Amino acid sequence: MTIDRRRALAAAGALLSTVAFPGALRAQGKPVRIGSSLPITGPLASLAIIHKVTAEICVENLNKRGGLLGRPVEWVLRDDQSKPELTRTIYEQLITADKVDLIFSPYATASILAAMGVAQRYNKVLLHTSFGIPKLAKYDMQFQTAGSPFDPENVWPNHIFDAAAKLPKPPKTVAIVTSKFPSVHHISVGAREVLKKRGLTNVLDIEYEFGNRDYGAIAQRVKEANPDFLWGGTNGIDPVLMLEAMSKIDYRPPAQVHLFPAPGPMLKVPAAQGSLALTTFESHPPFTDDPAIAQFVHTYAARAKEAGIPYTAVDLQSAIMYAAWQVLEAAVDGTRSLDDKTIAAWLKQNEVKTLFGTLRWNGPQNYVEGADLYKVKQLQQGRWVVIHPQQWAAPGAKPV
Amino acid sequence: MPSATLIGQSVLSGVFIGALYGLLGLGLSLSWGMLRQVNLAHFALAFLGGYLTFQLAGRLDPFVTLAVTVPLFFLAGMALHWFLSRYAADMLNTLLVTFGLTTIIESAIQRIWTADFQRMESAYGAMRWKVGAFYIPFPEAATLLIAMALCGAMWALLRFTDFGRAARAMTEDPAMAAAFGVNEKRLGYVISGLAAAFAAVAGMCLALTHTLAPVQIYAWMGVVFAGVMIGGLGSAIGPLAAGILIGVSEALTMALTAPTWAPLVSFTLLIAIILLRPARF
Repeated sequence: MTIDRRRALAAAGALLSTVAFPGALRAQGKPVRIGSSLPITGPLASLAIIHKVTAEICVENLNKRGGLLGRPVEWVLRDDQSKPELTRTIYEQLITADKVDLIFSPYATASILAAMGVAQRYNKVLLHTSFGIPKLAKYDMQFQTAGSPFDPENVWPNHIFDAAAKLPKPPKTVAIVTSKFPSVHHISVGAREVLKKRGLTNVLDIEYEFGNRDYGAIAQRVKEANPDFLWGGTNGIDPVLMLEAMSKIDYRPPAQVHLFPAPGPMLKVPAAQGSLALTTFESHPPFTDDPAIAQFVHTYAARAKEAGIPYTAVDLQSAIMYAAWQVLEAAVDGTRSLDDKTIAAWLKQNEVKTLFGTLRWNGPQNYVEGADLYKVKQLQQGRWVVIHPQQWAAPGAKPV
Repeated sequence: MPSATLIGQSVLSGVFIGALYGLLGLGLSLSWGMLRQVNLAHFALAFLGGYLTFQLAGRLDPFVTLAVTVPLFFLAGMALHWFLSRYAADMLNTLLVTFGLTTIIESAIQRIWTADFQRMESAYGAMRWKVGAFYIPFPEAATLLIAMALCGAMWALLRFTDFGRAARAMTEDPAMAAAFGVNEKRLGYVISGLAAAFAAVAGMCLALTHTLAPVQIYAWMGVVFAGVMIGGLGSAIGPLAAGILIGVSEALTMALTAPTWAPLVSFTLLIAIILLRPARF
């Protein structure tokens, strides 16, 4: 057999390309299309940009590794404007008009619930990142990828009070101030029961509407109740506004939690120092011990800066999106299939290691009851660090 | 039993937020009452003013930024009036057009400053005084003084000057005012420019006292609209008085009952006034 010079050069070139860009050659053919929506505009847009930047990095990395089933991955993203009713329409379009191979999570409970209904109608598997009330997830082929328990209203308050018990002055009295935003309200309702069981005294219990503009009166009520611990059933910018209102009357809670604060703005509020919050991941060891995760943290910081995101560290929001893509890749690789029922069956019988722990779906409604992958972080010297549980704590970090 | 400190501090808090309602409502009231333009973009302009203050505050004192934003917004207000007059938009159409303009400004803000929350850091943020048992924060107190000064000045301008008399005549009967030599076109430009300039001032106060996010443009609309309607269309003092009434009522509701009732206050007051004084509308 003779090989002419042109063929020899082509073969050498192909071999070189394979070594230099292994994925680029493997990912060939018709793209695997994965459709989802995010609230690029509307009230949830500040969080959606984090998910968008993260997902773009994930798709890029996935394609570098050879895509899914050797095919490149194309992420079909639509803006649902933070409107669940629009989310429903978008998922209908993604399935029937765009004919995507798989669908993927929108953001936040209401939109996920809307997409879940569509997924159920078309028998599509739905991986979701941020569903706050698991008991409402009745569809058999939905799978959470955020590490939430089936009963967050029980598990998360216990995490928080466990962490609070490690503070230099463990609290005995608690003031609950909660927004009526569905997920944080649900957890705060659970906290009322949990604190009773733990022998703590509830000295103030008030609810306010999400989007409240003036926290002056609420701040004064907390100050007069004088609790050892402020339970802030808060998310987004609410805790910043609440703490600023407290600062204006020279008050600072001795200890406090704010469930899901906007991490960047909290750093700039002196009264927020020492505040606890829930998370799955923070950009420090042991989370970043894996070189691939350390690289993701590095890439995310650069891309977030480019996108104008003020807080550029990977934390809860970016981590839950990253984990969702890890689960998707593991499930498709594990089944060598894009068939929804095959993927769903595989997920029920397997577990997937993610950047914040191992996910499994073998409990009620594909959740796990009484256990989760959430941690408690604390704002210390202008930096968020995990303090509880101990195995995920930042090196040298102690509750203060 | 709530303490006197709780009630007093809540009233103060309500007065301060009410002043911001009034300041936001001033420009809206003028353009609605005098020009028959329901300018929804007024809120977007106020937030744009807030973002510009935030942007310039790295180099300039927040109050000094007004030297840049006020003239700029005055011109923008005149441009908006030209556009609406050019197409002879009636009141309903001004509502629709300015809603479209609001979404355009919101998208532009989101593109430049992202959808994330932005907080202006300023030395003023930590300044406050203690008077007896009560605390008076500087940014909120400054907002109150600015609102009182602007509303008072606008009231005096409308009450005691030829410009004001002409503007009021134009509002009452444009044809008759024109017959007496009132230049409706020129007055329209000035009033629209002033309304937008007030949005710039309100934006500076928003940046001083609040965290900015594009989506919050819509969060202020309901309560400020209620304030303008309670205060009287075209009135300079009315929106401030109504804003303070709403702010104090909301704050006392939050202090004395469940804070979840507070958002109902502004519209309950509006309905009550419609029922008790229907002639006002």
